[in-house]
Amino acid sequence: MNRSTGQPASATRRQFLKAAATGAAVFAIGFYLPFGRRARAQGVPQAVETPPPNLFLTIDADNNITLISKYLEMGQGVTTGLATLLAEELEADWSQMHFEFAPNDASVYNNLVFGPVMGTGGSTSMAGSWEQMRKVGAAARSMFVEAAARKWRLPMGELKAEKGHVLHGSGKRASYGELAADAMQLPVPRDAPLKDPADWKLIGKNLPRIDSPDKTDGRATFALDIRRPGTVTAAVAHPPLFGARPTGFDADAAKKLPGVLDAVQIPTGVAVLARDSWSALRGRDLLSVEWDNSNAETRSSEQILADYRRQAEGAGLPAANRGDAAAALGRATQKFSAEFTFPYLAHAPMEPLNCALEMKDGEAHLWAGSQLQSIDERVIAEIMGIGVDRVRIHTLLSGGSFGRRGNPVGDWVAELAQIVKASDSKAPVHLLWSREDDIRGGFYRPAVLHQLEVGLNDEGDISGWQHKVVTQSIFSGTPFEQMMVSDGVDHSSVEGLADTPYQIGDFSVRSFNAESPLPVLWWRSVGHNHTAHVVETTIDALAAMAGADPVEYRLKLLPDARDRETLKLAAGKSGWGGNPGENRGRGIACHRSFGTPVALVADVTVDGDAFQVDKIVAAVHCGVAINPDIVAAQVEGAIGFALSTLLRNEITLENGRVQQSNFHNYVPTRMREMPKVEVHIVPSTDAPTGIGEPGVPPLAPAVGNAIAAATGKRMYRLPFALA
Amino acid sequence: MRQTSSHLRSLVAVASTTALLVLAGCDSGKQREPPTPAPDPRAMQAWEQVAGVLRHPRCLNCHQVESPLQGDEGRAHIPRVVRGKDNLGVAAMRCGNCHSPSGNNPSSGVPGAPHWSLAPLSMNWSGLSSAELCRALIDPERNGNRDAGALVKHMGEDKLVLWGWAPGTGREPVPLAHDAFMEQLQVWVNAGMPCPKDAATEGDRS
Amino acid sequence: MITLKINGESHQLDADPQMPLLWAIRDHLNLTGTKYGCGRALCGACTVHIDGEAARSCSVMLGDAAGRDITTIEAIEGPVAEAVVGAWRELNVVQCGYCQSGQIMSAITLLSKNPDPSDEDIDASMEGNLCRCGTYQRIRAAIHRSARNLGGRS
Repeated sequence: MNRSTGQPASATRRQFLKAAATGAAVFAIGFYLPFGRRARAQGVPQAVETPPPNLFLTIDADNNITLISKYLEMGQGVTTGLATLLAEELEADWSQMHFEFAPNDASVYNNLVFGPVMGTGGSTSMAGSWEQMRKVGAAARSMFVEAAARKWRLPMGELKAEKGHVLHGSGKRASYGELAADAMQLPVPRDAPLKDPADWKLIGKNLPRIDSPDKTDGRATFALDIRRPGTVTAAVAHPPLFGARPTGFDADAAKKLPGVLDAVQIPTGVAVLARDSWSALRGRDLLSVEWDNSNAETRSSEQILADYRRQAEGAGLPAANRGDAAAALGRATQKFSAEFTFPYLAHAPMEPLNCALEMKDGEAHLWAGSQLQSIDERVIAEIMGIGVDRVRIHTLLSGGSFGRRGNPVGDWVAELAQIVKASDSKAPVHLLWSREDDIRGGFYRPAVLHQLEVGLNDEGDISGWQHKVVTQSIFSGTPFEQMMVSDGVDHSSVEGLADTPYQIGDFSVRSFNAESPLPVLWWRSVGHNHTAHVVETTIDALAAMAGADPVEYRLKLLPDARDRETLKLAAGKSGWGGNPGENRGRGIACHRSFGTPVALVADVTVDGDAFQVDKIVAAVHCGVAINPDIVAAQVEGAIGFALSTLLRNEITLENGRVQQSNFHNYVPTRMREMPKVEVHIVPSTDAPTGIGEPGVPPLAPAVGNAIAAATGKRMYRLPFALA
Repeated sequence: MRQTSSHLRSLVAVASTTALLVLAGCDSGKQREPPTPAPDPRAMQAWEQVAGVLRHPRCLNCHQVESPLQGDEGRAHIPRVVRGKDNLGVAAMRCGNCHSPSGNNPSSGVPGAPHWSLAPLSMNWSGLSSAELCRALIDPERNGNRDAGALVKHMGEDKLVLWGWAPGTGREPVPLAHDAFMEQLQVWVNAGMPCPKDAATEGDRS
Repeated sequence: MITLKINGESHQLDADPQMPLLWAIRDHLNLTGTKYGCGRALCGACTVHIDGEAARSCSVMLGDAAGRDITTIEAIEGPVAEAVVGAWRELNVVQCGYCQSGQIMSAITLLSKNPDPSDEDIDASMEGNLCRCGTYQRIRAAIHRSARNLGGRS
């Protein structure tokens, strides 16, 4: 059984179909989506009679069950989660489960939350597959039982499915693998019943991650690890300024290097093609390129911020407006006003962007940690001048993403296609971005400015909240614009603020869309990563002004049971109210994103201008925790990830040039900085909500509020500056 | 104290007979006190030139207490490394894991030279004024038990020291050509390795 | 010709002696478990063992690696390696997994030299291995677990 995660699913599919045609025991199940459309037959000989190839699982003669994952595994544990749902209803044993990635086909592998596209993101995977994957499993189980019933001439009701086998009281026993060929001939039941939560054997258990073995012995195949015969590596000299274009180049020095094969100009720069990675990177460094900077971003970060402030003096667009915030502020007896600033941020996944493209028999084969296959396939089709149906995406494990690999313009995939087109390469070309390319490559979390004024009345209740947000729109001009932008307001600029669960009667949020040639992108938790800090810092300050306990103050404003339970759980588990000691502070923050409230209690030690986060007690309500250990890991990881933005991470421009370049001046959180993290999950059997992103937003305010508790100083800018 | 003084005398004797003559007149000099009579101004100028090199980040960055500094600005080394028992780091964070004995790495940009390491703790120069550095340099307990000849040889031939003159792209070399540095060093040594008074140099701590 | 001794086998490479060992391992020998993360010895994803030390292969020139004993993640063996990999799996350490080859290589070196490391020892030794997913808490726990399984106290 091929359990390599690096094997493209379509190749396996072909093998399986071939096996199926010859009667070998291989099982596949087709599952019909609301569209009622079938997947195109990928590489399937016309003559072969097959079941619909729109598959979510295969079972081989050795009883290995392979999940076909429609989602990209980028560390969030999605393959384990999907396999759990499948195995639960299938009555499979966990040791039987393997996975591979689905081919690009949105008609089958549609993201049911934000489709019709094939893509992973927005912390939607488990929510979007909760029903679907269990139904696939339940249907398959029913088919195995029926196949056994027919074989043994026994009523289905007397048979039982258990650990990948069908059993009968008489001692008859057959593995799914043995039954696969027969079961595959049966019609797919559409209404196979789902198990009662009380009968779950796998859901809710801390199963070992399905991708763990290969990721601990060097076998795991990431996109950078794909090896196609004759592959040429490409590295690109990118413009030093965003929005600049190449107008000419001199590659004489580069071409003198023994490994360098070619150099070609493409819209995003000049590419060197070489025999290996090192030659490509060296050759790239020897290029001399002329740039047209006439449309480039040439401002410095301070100028951009100054421009934001100037823009905020205008009217902006209404993003939330209820009651009369101005009038209520007029009646207020105390006021809190503040300005918050957030820098550009790079995603900096550990695996730099890379992908390989091979043109073969009129088809384009892409190997990539593709997060939005429906975008990437169109980008390639357009550039290569072929139909979308001629693009085959072989999705591979990705070494992190945090949003970067899901790009609405498919920037890195498009760059590779341009290289292949410009060089007319017959050999597979693997595009490699260096870490410097990654840090300086744009598509950042945009810089953001918040300005707000909030009033309190004599009782300490909110009396008017006026708020302005200036930032670049992430969604405008992308295929997702319709979903997220209305009347000019990009919801992602104000999410977590305009729709805050806090009950604020007189509330106004105005959104200002800043413009820049610097491309921006969603970055783990998108708008929430700044709005949560502003809202939760403000609420904490208001509680202090009102002389109220920060937890009690929040509870008074939060009507939703999920938010309340989460906040109370974090407070309770942390021993909220205790005195953390000399030079130490304790702070709390609670924020709901992607349907999941997360409350964090942070303990910090302040030492002069420096601070150490000692401990985080987290509570999370994500509906049913399909794998509680992975839920905890996502929250732990989100805290480790987000901490770098409090400590030091920022992308700054000087006359348009990015000043950071690698992990010495854009330094992620290190082990010694990682706080002890304790994660508590609110028990629930509700359908699952997001978990990959929601841990990020409340970290900055929880830590900031702890610092304020220790020092009296509020954190109005990121990264934090205590001086 | 007397021992140090006589020791020094013998060291200098090895280095130069001229120095012996100079030092002979200051047998009463105490440790941590500049030799009397007032040192030759030429020797003091020479010392300041030498000190300018030794206090340059190329040298100073690894003459630290627990962790080296890095870069022309002398910021904390990224990633942080700690001294360990043999000045070469600890278990999985050893100097040699990244720094090569064969020289600077043109690809990673990581500098390299033989026995890349932190100077022994006794040779910590961090925060020293010119006068303090001078006294540290001539104190066998704080200079690796080197006599003048050994110091001259160390600065003239040690490949790790010489790296300071060829530190690779992105790093400023020490401020004086090596020939000129050795000349100044010799002038200072010949003058008996006199050290400046504290008062005049306290202000230049950085 | 440079002779590289990797995972117990000798390989003859016709390559520039200044080429980083990392690219020789990945591109010429197709051992892809060793990862490229920064190219500047800042992230530790490319960590291999050279004569038992946790070397950053992106910062080791091929010429310097010649004739030395090099081990990559694919060929780790022995009780320490088994304990480390086992603990990594027991504690579900990995997320994206890209940095974990390097983390494991460093952890093996740490435990080979210090069978019972404290939290501070772990922090000091693992400082050079970045994990953007933030799995540090579990890495630390897995190193303690490995030590315990090897007979140390932690």
